[in-house]
Amino acid sequence: MSILLIAEHDNASLNAATLKTLAAAQQIGGDIHVLVAGAGCQAVAEQAAQAAGVSKVLLADNAAYGHFLAENLGDLVADLGKNYSHILAAATTTGKNFMPRVAALLDVAQVSDIISVESADTFKRPIYAGNAIATVQATDAIKVITVRGTAFDAVAAEGGSASVEAIDAVFNSDKAEFVGEELAQSERPELTAASVVISGGRGMQNGENFQLLEKVADKLGAAVGASRAAVDAGFVPNDMQVGQTGKIVAPDLYIAVGISGAIQHLAGMKDSKVIVAINKDEEAPIFQVADYGLVADLFDVLPQLEQAL
Amino acid sequence: MKVLVAVKRVIDYNVKVRVKADQSDVDLANVKMALNPFCEIAVEEAVRLKEQGHATEVVVVSIGPKAVQEQLRTALALGADRAIQVETDELPDSLAVAKLLQAVVAKEEPQLVILGKQAIDSDNNQTGQMLGALTGMPQGTFASKVNVAEGSVQVTREIDGGLQTVKLQLPAIVTTDLRLNEPRYASLPNIMKAKKKPLDVMSAADLGVNVARTVNLLKVEAPAERSAGIKVADVAELVEKLKNEAKVI
Repeated sequence: MSILLIAEHDNASLNAATLKTLAAAQQIGGDIHVLVAGAGCQAVAEQAAQAAGVSKVLLADNAAYGHFLAENLGDLVADLGKNYSHILAAATTTGKNFMPRVAALLDVAQVSDIISVESADTFKRPIYAGNAIATVQATDAIKVITVRGTAFDAVAAEGGSASVEAIDAVFNSDKAEFVGEELAQSERPELTAASVVISGGRGMQNGENFQLLEKVADKLGAAVGASRAAVDAGFVPNDMQVGQTGKIVAPDLYIAVGISGAIQHLAGMKDSKVIVAINKDEEAPIFQVADYGLVADLFDVLPQLEQAL
Repeated sequence: MKVLVAVKRVIDYNVKVRVKADQSDVDLANVKMALNPFCEIAVEEAVRLKEQGHATEVVVVSIGPKAVQEQLRTALALGADRAIQVETDELPDSLAVAKLLQAVVAKEEPQLVILGKQAIDSDNNQTGQMLGALTGMPQGTFASKVNVAEGSVQVTREIDGGLQTVKLQLPAIVTTDLRLNEPRYASLPNIMKAKKKPLDVMSAADLGVNVARTVNLLKVEAPAERSAGIKVADVAELVEKLKNEAKVI
């Protein structure tokens, strides 16, 4: 068996999601090659070469891959992937974007968002917003898989010494072009990587009140998230959304503030180690999954919490 | 410009699904079904493109048994012009769906194909991208904004770190994210009118597509349940518990 794993990165450094995907690859077993495709991403290839369990790094360094467009990445990965038994990527918005193209080009199914490796062809994955867990067996010769990072512990980032091989193939579609991007700037940790997350819901009433959460977050070194209700109400941008269709998080501590606990939100956070719910409605379903519940007005609690930490 | 919208019949998003006692699948008997929320957003976007004068015709397509006609009628009531049901006994997996849609695209020749980014039952997030690869069309997935121009479409995409904008040559694929629009409610007169709009039925065999699955479902189980913990009286007790009992701060 041989595995082609597509690295997630920003052309400067390797994303932690890649190390978690590597953990899934190690459980499948076999030779692991990591593809670093990007523009000016030599440093990323060097980082990938040091990650535990990697036997070879393939570096496709070309402007065509600089913005990770699915059309170009899909063609490249399908071309390289023909000779592997498994193709893996993190289930991030990048992985979700190009991997199904790879599967279709290779005429095989994709298994999305796996949370465990049962054997080389059998995996578990959540369905129905995590309200059921399916065990599925992929019978195609090549298994195309995306991996849910929160379900795997990252492998060591250092210690390996894989060789780096340049890939010259360039796939550059003229049908899609990058126009621009607006990336959220924040001093706080990234939502999916933070060990503490504090999220606000509709109970926050408006976007300005999220400052109350941010103050607590700064005391805890936490990331700030939101429920879909808070995003839909326009309080905060969508990249803060935790839930079935937003980000999936599993921090050591998740604090849900003014969030009722719809199943779509629970799908994004219920694997957190410790859950705290703060809500003035004691009937709110969030209390059914919370380890610690505080029935109180969040506008009283948040300043007190900031003081107490 | 013709717009094709693919829609899926799924469990209503308010219903909490139960696993069957024999763990063979989830239990969908007597469960309320609905149009997948992301597909509803896709229909709305297509109808708005028509209202703005960009689209000339909105065609909706769904794959599955006769029951999917209910969701096609819903889409017609929301403003689509006509519907196609591709009849299959069961719901095929994403690749087979994409191949069936590829065959429909070859017949209909739309300039824009709009799909939901994922269905809330299988949570796969695959079909639009697969259709893109099979047809050679570029894709704008997880769209929060769509601007159609002459010969191209500009799509703003929701990505992990924020927003990305891409320009795609037509014909192209768009998959919808939640913030693209807020779907309208179908009015009673439109629901009545929808009953008279054309709905064609074709079979997977007519389209020459093999719909056999290559991923076997071995087992479906309920997730490990979290049990409710304790209620604390105040912030001081909460902080004390987090420090000394849970040891997470």
